[in-house]
Amino acid sequence: MAIVLDKSHRWRVVAAHLGLIAFISLCMFPFLMILSISLRPGNFAVGSLIPDQISFEHWKLALGISYQAEDGSLVTPPFPVLLWLWNSIKVALISAFIAVLLSTTAAYAFARMKFRGKKHWMTALLLMQMFPTVLALIAIFSIFDYLGSYVKVLGVDSHWALILAYAGGIALHVWTIKGYYDTIPVEIEEAAVVDGATHWQAFKYVLLPMAKPILMVVFLLAFIGAIIEYPVASVLLHQEANLTLAVGSKLFLYEQKYLWGDFAAAAILSGMPITLVFVLSQRWMVGGLTAGGVKG
Amino acid sequence: MNDRQTKWIGPALLALVALAGLYLVFLLYVSGQTVVAGVALLVVALMVYVYTAPGAYSYRYLFPGVAGALIFVVFPMVYTIAIGFTNYSSKNLLEFDRATKYLLDETYQTEGLLFAMTVHREGSEYRLKLQNEEAGQAYITGPLALKKTERVVALATPAHAAEPLGGALELRDIIPLRDPMRAVVVKLPDGGELTMSGLREFAPVKKLYSKNPDGSLTNVQTQQIVRPNFTTGFYETAQGEQLAPGFKVGVGFDNFRRVLGDESIQQPFLRIFAWNVTFSFMSVLLTAAVGMFLAVLLNWEAIAGRNVYRMFLFLPYAVPGFISILVFKGLFNNNFGEINLILDQLFGVKPPWFTDPNLAKVMILIVNTWLGYPYMMVLCQGLIKSIPADLYEASALAGAGPLTNFFKITMPLILKPLMPLLISSFAFNFNNFVLISLLTNGRPDFLDTKIPAGETDILVSYTYRIAFGDSGQQFGLAAAISTVIFVMVAILSIVNLRMTKVNQQEAR
Repeated sequence: MAIVLDKSHRWRVVAAHLGLIAFISLCMFPFLMILSISLRPGNFAVGSLIPDQISFEHWKLALGISYQAEDGSLVTPPFPVLLWLWNSIKVALISAFIAVLLSTTAAYAFARMKFRGKKHWMTALLLMQMFPTVLALIAIFSIFDYLGSYVKVLGVDSHWALILAYAGGIALHVWTIKGYYDTIPVEIEEAAVVDGATHWQAFKYVLLPMAKPILMVVFLLAFIGAIIEYPVASVLLHQEANLTLAVGSKLFLYEQKYLWGDFAAAAILSGMPITLVFVLSQRWMVGGLTAGGVKG
Repeated sequence: MNDRQTKWIGPALLALVALAGLYLVFLLYVSGQTVVAGVALLVVALMVYVYTAPGAYSYRYLFPGVAGALIFVVFPMVYTIAIGFTNYSSKNLLEFDRATKYLLDETYQTEGLLFAMTVHREGSEYRLKLQNEEAGQAYITGPLALKKTERVVALATPAHAAEPLGGALELRDIIPLRDPMRAVVVKLPDGGELTMSGLREFAPVKKLYSKNPDGSLTNVQTQQIVRPNFTTGFYETAQGEQLAPGFKVGVGFDNFRRVLGDESIQQPFLRIFAWNVTFSFMSVLLTAAVGMFLAVLLNWEAIAGRNVYRMFLFLPYAVPGFISILVFKGLFNNNFGEINLILDQLFGVKPPWFTDPNLAKVMILIVNTWLGYPYMMVLCQGLIKSIPADLYEASALAGAGPLTNFFKITMPLILKPLMPLLISSFAFNFNNFVLISLLTNGRPDFLDTKIPAGETDILVSYTYRIAFGDSGQQFGLAAAISTVIFVMVAILSIVNLRMTKVNQQEAR
């Protein structure tokens, strides 16, 4: 664009920079604050925003290490943060794996096969994911409470119940994977079929290897979705040792027992890896969605 | 791996899953859940058909995914609506059969031989020895875990002196075990039953109720007859006295009538609904305004380092929501929060963010704008890129400034494709349970309501409090409100689908 620039242009650029920097500092304020709080001794704000002395007591507690307080008493970790992180990761890994398994095959049928009511099924899937799970919490609780009285591992307070509850939410993943399959020319599989491969073999040996990037993306999306999920987990998990991070974290901030500093350290410790995975998945998502079987 | 070698895996897996499914069906059927067992059997049969019949080939790929979605997403939603028509709550928690069984298992202590009890440890478990020296009887139970307070029936066998037992527990060791021990029913070889009547004593008991042919129960102790009432969901005496536990019964539209007609629920419901709409509308407006402004600014080529800015601006979206919401909860804290610390130093004020209704609402909107603007920014950036550059060239020739460009070209052109996304965002915020639950949990509460409800509650968080909060777990009522929300979301979705379709047709 060749446009004649008037004199006010430079000032506007400077103003835009200043505005952006001011806005970003405002937005980053919570992050900086939480870092400073995690390094500040004690659990209450004491005057200065930048800590006068740096203390790693909150970090020790977050990592599950007890420490000796100044008055000689032993301070033990208030909550098993690392155990919660492990619970979250365990549940998220397994449910993401199941979600990928269920959605790849369903997406294959939608992308490659002809059957009655295909369009309606696709619309139904789309409609399904518009209704948030929060609305069905009572039924979810009741179903797993009921199942638990017959099969213990599927009851309330079991991670398997949570995994099952998460694994059903595949509607969006089916759409994403189907969209990717559509970009891969069907001729490659047809050639395999001509050479004597069955449908299943064509799917497993021809299509799946080419769809790896999108499977990775869907896996990460399902993984993050399960890690940050709060409502269902809060209904199904009760015992402290069973909680996931999303449910456990709020225990730090009860009015009666306000562990602000301990929370800050735990939040950074658990938030950092999840944020990193999310940013990475966003990168790959762009790559995965645009890199089809045939470029150009 | 060779395909011939792995060929048996498919059928074997199918057989295994089918067997596991049949076992579950059997378990359900044996426990008297005929309907559920029937449905489960149908699912298993369908699975076997899909994976064996050649005609159903394409459904083989579809079955796992669709079955998963139907069982764990669609079924809970339908079931929620069904619960809305029942009196399911902490008072009416059990099915009719189980409530009846509970009553039939009730016992009372009668006169008869008292037994002195001693507790003996065996490994991590315990055995109870019951002795009546006058009658010359002594019995011993098998090992009991004594960890739960659920009713356990323990068979007792005559004790032989020769049998080696660990030393009897001291009284102070028995005291911590007394709750699980109260739940133990010892069954003697002659059929008599004993329960704990003191820390060192077991006494004979009898069943409190006996079943009559017409379905009513007779209280053996008082000879009173109690009958199940299928409109209230309780066993009732002739005087209408209700016996706990109640059972689940259908109540028709009662819950819906309560939402619409009962003053004590309708009033908070309407207030919460009004705030819910305001909240979602303001959230969409604020996030869209901030996001669009930033997107336009970042699209300006004269600004150097736009990628760095973009990265920082995107960051609030990348941090897990439950963490950033809790961080804000701490920062806004009335007394120890850093935000009030700064405001106090600069202006000498300490706004009560969590106790003043209006300030709480403002805080929620600030936090939600912070959480949501990056998403809007990314969306707008994509849409702005698709605007042809010659439009701006033409407007520059006509001497238009940046404001005219924005209001006459950019905004009108991106608003239309943005509309369905704005409606989705509205629907999302309409049910933004995590934000409200973690930030304020609906507080500050209204003072004039029967069931706890708060100034900042939205409908879903209100439902959650009714169902899982401290107001008696009224699942039925909560499910009825959920159903109302279902209808609203459905309307939003239909509008949204229509708009998307219209947009797509125009694009062609």
